[in-house]
Amino acid sequence: MAFYSLKTGRARYRQGWLFAAALAVCLVLASPLLVIVWQAAQSDPADFIDTLWRPLVASLALNTALIVASTTLLCGVLGLVSAWFSERTRLPWQGLWPLLSVAPMAVPTFISSYAWVSLSDDLQGFPGALLVLGSAYSPLVFLPVSAALRGLDPALEETARTLGLGPWRCFFRLILPQLRPALLGGMLLVALSTLSEFGAFVLLRFRTFTTEIFAEYRAGFDSHGAAQLSIALLLAAALLIGLEWRVRRQASSYERRARGTRRAPPRLELGAGKWLVVAGFLLLSCVTLLLPLSTLGYWLTQHGDAAVSPVEVSAQLLFDASFSSIELGLEGAALTVLLALPLGYLLARRPGRVAAFMERVAFLVQGVPGIVIALGLVTVSIRVIPGLYQSQFLLLLAYAILFLPLAMVSVRSALLQAESRLEELARSLGLKGWQTWLRVLLPMAAPGLGAAASLVFLSIVTELTATLLLSPIGTETLATQIWADTSAMAFAAAAPYALILTVLSMVSTWLLMLLLGGNAINRLAADGTTVAGETAHV
Amino acid sequence: MKPFIKQGLLGAATLISLGLALPANAASLILYSAQHPQTVKLLVKDFEQASGISVKVREGEGPELVAQLMAEGKASPADVYFASNSPELMALEGKQMLTHLPATTLAAIPAKYNSPSGNWVGVTARENVLVVNNKLAAGLSMPASLLDLAAPQWKGKLAIAPSDGDFLPLVSAVRALKGDAAAQKWLKGLRDNAQMFDDNEGVAAAVNRGSVAVGIINNYYWARLQVELGAKGMHSQLYHFGNGDVGALLNVSGAGVLKTAHNADAAQKFVSYLTSARAQQVLAKSNITFEYPLLPGIAPAPVLKPFSQLAPPPLDMQKLGDDSQAAPMLRKAGLL
Repeated sequence: MAFYSLKTGRARYRQGWLFAAALAVCLVLASPLLVIVWQAAQSDPADFIDTLWRPLVASLALNTALIVASTTLLCGVLGLVSAWFSERTRLPWQGLWPLLSVAPMAVPTFISSYAWVSLSDDLQGFPGALLVLGSAYSPLVFLPVSAALRGLDPALEETARTLGLGPWRCFFRLILPQLRPALLGGMLLVALSTLSEFGAFVLLRFRTFTTEIFAEYRAGFDSHGAAQLSIALLLAAALLIGLEWRVRRQASSYERRARGTRRAPPRLELGAGKWLVVAGFLLLSCVTLLLPLSTLGYWLTQHGDAAVSPVEVSAQLLFDASFSSIELGLEGAALTVLLALPLGYLLARRPGRVAAFMERVAFLVQGVPGIVIALGLVTVSIRVIPGLYQSQFLLLLAYAILFLPLAMVSVRSALLQAESRLEELARSLGLKGWQTWLRVLLPMAAPGLGAAASLVFLSIVTELTATLLLSPIGTETLATQIWADTSAMAFAAAAPYALILTVLSMVSTWLLMLLLGGNAINRLAADGTTVAGETAHV
Repeated sequence: MKPFIKQGLLGAATLISLGLALPANAASLILYSAQHPQTVKLLVKDFEQASGISVKVREGEGPELVAQLMAEGKASPADVYFASNSPELMALEGKQMLTHLPATTLAAIPAKYNSPSGNWVGVTARENVLVVNNKLAAGLSMPASLLDLAAPQWKGKLAIAPSDGDFLPLVSAVRALKGDAAAQKWLKGLRDNAQMFDDNEGVAAAVNRGSVAVGIINNYYWARLQVELGAKGMHSQLYHFGNGDVGALLNVSGAGVLKTAHNADAAQKFVSYLTSARAQQVLAKSNITFEYPLLPGIAPAPVLKPFSQLAPPPLDMQKLGDDSQAAPMLRKAGLL
């Protein structure tokens, strides 16, 4: 059906546009990183060695490596197991488990760390860090893996089963290899987010390269030491990204090629074992959701009589802060998805070295703490586009740079699922390029793009560092209000803001799940070949 | 023009104009503040009423705002910087980013709390103290000097926040009074003895809930915690070193006007206001920050030990220096 062969001038022109757009996005993403490299390069080599060879660095490196490896592994296992059980086994209250698996993402890590530390001091340091990050980040594996599980071709499995493969061997020999790209992609995001985590480690007294970068700003007021440590983080991030690339390339031969038939894969009957799985899910939710949130609720009620009085809390302030948060969240999510489109499209339609390289550049940003990115943007903006400095647009751009990797996963798979045959058909029927995008591609990819937007929204409303540095002067959001109160230890005053923020996060998580579920429903409705009984639970 | 290009350009133009739609009002004063936002709100409201000058505030953590000011350089929109700690101001002064303050502003505050070269003025101060858990420290005899905390009997009983902005002046003070070798030995002792926290808030909360026996903090974190938790929630008390010991150091917070200020006149008015009796009363009565107002004659919050009863070490800003040597020493000791 390829009426537009690649060789025609128009197609080449189209492709040129695509590359140019993707390249432009990449340059914007990389600009704060270039500032870091430039700053580090300017410092004296002896100074560089001093920063990286001081006594503390060995323990920082060990801590960083330990927490990255163990969090990634834990999230990989948790995400994979919970995705498999919630997608591929028949459980009571089937719709609940995916929601409970993703909801911990809506609890900011500084909140859950505070809750755990106030429960027991034994949770300081490594055990607490693993607990908090394992809970917060396993949804990053759960989401892509469950999407991939839904997209698998059931025919292969059925063939294997009829050929005598048991369910366990079928999982390890057939399903797991097919899940590898999604699993590895999710684990990479976990690893990079752990590298740049700050809020949780501060409260848990766990020192890594990232906490040291913040300390460097405090002790020296100077970005050179921070830039030098950031280079170490960048190298670590590059190493992780390279590792994932290698493993993924080995796995690529398993990726499904034919996308002709689509129907929901069968769900396994577990018999009485299903209650064991339900118990497991409930126990996990107790640890990831119930305990931290109820501890926090308890502490928020344990304040003195005078706690609220010194600070103003009015309905107007609450409303204004919520409105700013929602506005920034929506606009930032829209911009992030918009910027993710050319890259995602390139990856979906023209995969290759160039596209893969560009994707990796976007991922690099995820491994560097927000303060470094935000300060890098200050420098870039003042030197390149001074008129935009501290404008709302620059703040939105900062959000896009920080959260594009999160959006990328959904955007890419949404565009992959919007079949290129239909796009070609639309072109052959006379639709222009932009018409094809508006009338064919975007409607088909809408649920996936919506899911990406919800994820970015969630991240933006809880973001603090870039918001404080880059927002138009006088902007007050829920996150900045919570910071303003908690930095004066006015936890009681922060409570109403924290409550609204948690509700907002929960709603966007719910929306995220709804859109991802909707994706599956649309697909089932479209091909109409549902297995009997399967429609009931989707 | 191809429709796609036209659309793209239109879109980009819309986005950029959205961004440019809200340029900063040139007539108003732009304040970068690392002081507690709630206190600054009270001060700004009061100043606006008194002067008719509108103030816009960018709030943040001190070190991050200073890093931002340095990254902005000459293009900074800021007029005034209101610090959380004097080293921030010393760093800006060191980069020649602050302008000289008029003698009338400087004269309001005792000279030992101001910049030695007159580029910033002290506004409030807080005392370095030891927070002590009632139960865990019951059998311990309190150290006569801050330096005693490096002795082996404090192993595992002490909490510090070496990367907090309040800790650096303490290191500088030990250096100034006891010399480099003694300071380095003291830091090594602390490294062996102490649990490290990220900030003073963490130390205060940990000692109060009974995770560790004693902790080095600035007094106002404890006062804040007391307001938050109420008397029933407090399981700790303060120990003042006193007697001119280095442990009783006063940490000063102040404000300065940037050389690049767009509205220098209003900026000077604001800094002068901060040292006025009116503003110092607001600070003393805010019930938020619990710092000592530096204008003589203004009584601090009643929960604080009276300013006249404090016995800080004999140091001024000149002797204390700009903390540039404190960070390398902390690094060498493995604390940073």
